[in-house]
Amino acid sequence: MPNFSTNEFKPGLKVMLDNEPCSIMENEYVKPGKGQAFNRVKLRNLRSGRVLEKTFKSGDSLEGADVLDIDLEYSYTDGEFWYFMDPNTFEQHSADKAAIADAEKWLKEQEKFEVTLFNGAPLAVTPPNFIELEITETDPGLKGDTAQGGSKPATLSTGAVVRVPLFLSEGEIIRVDTRSGEYVSRASKA
Amino acid sequence: MGDLRARAALLEEVRSFLSSRSVLEVDTPMLGRFAITDPNIELFPVATSEGPRFLQSSPEYAMKRLLASGSGDIFQLGKVFRSGEYGGKHNPEFMMLEWYRVGWTHCQLMREVAELLAQTLQLSTWQIWSLGALLEHFCQINLNEATELELEVAALNAGLDVVGDLDKLDYLDLLMTHVVEPGIVDWGLVFVVDFLEEQAALSRIIERGGRRVAARFEAYVRGVELANGYWEESDPEVLVRRFEADNRVRQSRGQTTHKIDERLISATSAGVPDCAGVALGFDRLLMLALGRSELSQVIPFSWPRA
Repeated sequence: MPNFSTNEFKPGLKVMLDNEPCSIMENEYVKPGKGQAFNRVKLRNLRSGRVLEKTFKSGDSLEGADVLDIDLEYSYTDGEFWYFMDPNTFEQHSADKAAIADAEKWLKEQEKFEVTLFNGAPLAVTPPNFIELEITETDPGLKGDTAQGGSKPATLSTGAVVRVPLFLSEGEIIRVDTRSGEYVSRASKA
Repeated sequence: MGDLRARAALLEEVRSFLSSRSVLEVDTPMLGRFAITDPNIELFPVATSEGPRFLQSSPEYAMKRLLASGSGDIFQLGKVFRSGEYGGKHNPEFMMLEWYRVGWTHCQLMREVAELLAQTLQLSTWQIWSLGALLEHFCQINLNEATELELEVAALNAGLDVVGDLDKLDYLDLLMTHVVEPGIVDWGLVFVVDFLEEQAALSRIIERGGRRVAARFEAYVRGVELANGYWEESDPEVLVRRFEADNRVRQSRGQTTHKIDERLISATSAGVPDCAGVALGFDRLLMLALGRSELSQVIPFSWPRA
């Protein structure tokens, strides 16, 4: 991979820091009139998700990280690995538990997920912002209670549990925001 | 359009401030034959049919040649250029106000800078701190005795995680820009004086409390470095030694070395009068006058839009 100098550190650039792939978030240039220039850089460790703040001498460089974000379709799991397929090439990628992390509860077959590949292997899996899933388990719906507030827990087909309005019942399809884990609306039945 | 008018009014105000004090406006070349040797400043080279020329980072050398030829007090308000310097408070092309006072020391010039800032920024009070006292106050380090390890600990204490190796001067720059500057945001106008001998640049060395210090000052307003002034070194041999030392640093860092400006040296040999000079970032002055936080808010076409 090529090296990138501090003046090329733009948000989104992927670099290696202490042997870990990181994504640049912010880069601030600071320099006294007479004296050494610095770059104050915020980076996200792509493996752990942790945000780091580091100071570099301007002009220093980091090796680029072989990191690629691609959209893959989730296929199935054998309990140890989760398999994703590239819909264009039919190439299969297997992600381990660490890469799946919190995305596990949103894994719906044939749905597209953003998979971050590091040196060709899945490093992280990001669900789409909104996903439509079936309610598989919830208390019976209360008819006529559509306007009032109040909510109840509902288990979805992927195992996620979200709070939904009281009028919804098992078998219905709902739209969920995966970033907040919150119910958005009722979706038209599949 | 309001900001454009404010810019024009401030340009006129600084001109009349200096003209009314009988300081003569000059305009020296932007494209010079020589490049400054300072290892922390890179110029834009420009190809010409007679070989490379360089967009100047400050009118200092040409103005000193005018001083040597008997110009008396002079100022220049014009564009200067520094390659690679782009950020919230940097623009590679910027407007610099630089002026020289014959027969003055840096202390007298500091007073005049304070008067200009009092008028343009409505600042009525100011304080003077030595670099050592500021670093002691904010970082609990002794400027003269501190080792690189102690400086590294001071940086870590301030939450600064540095990648790569810094030497003592680098650490001082780091602590000034990352700890002291944010610390003096509410202090109004602060002059910093008594820099280390190694930080002299083109200023002379004087005795202060039994120590040799650089006769320099920097002016900060609301934590923003606004001006840099020297009681100018007038010995050509001292200047040549410093330029040669700059080039050795450049060589050790793998940067291009630059030929020493022989015209500046011969002017200095012929006699640049005893004088003090200061360079002030005009765009930063306007930024502070308008209460803005980034240069791009006051430069009509900042670097990405130029």
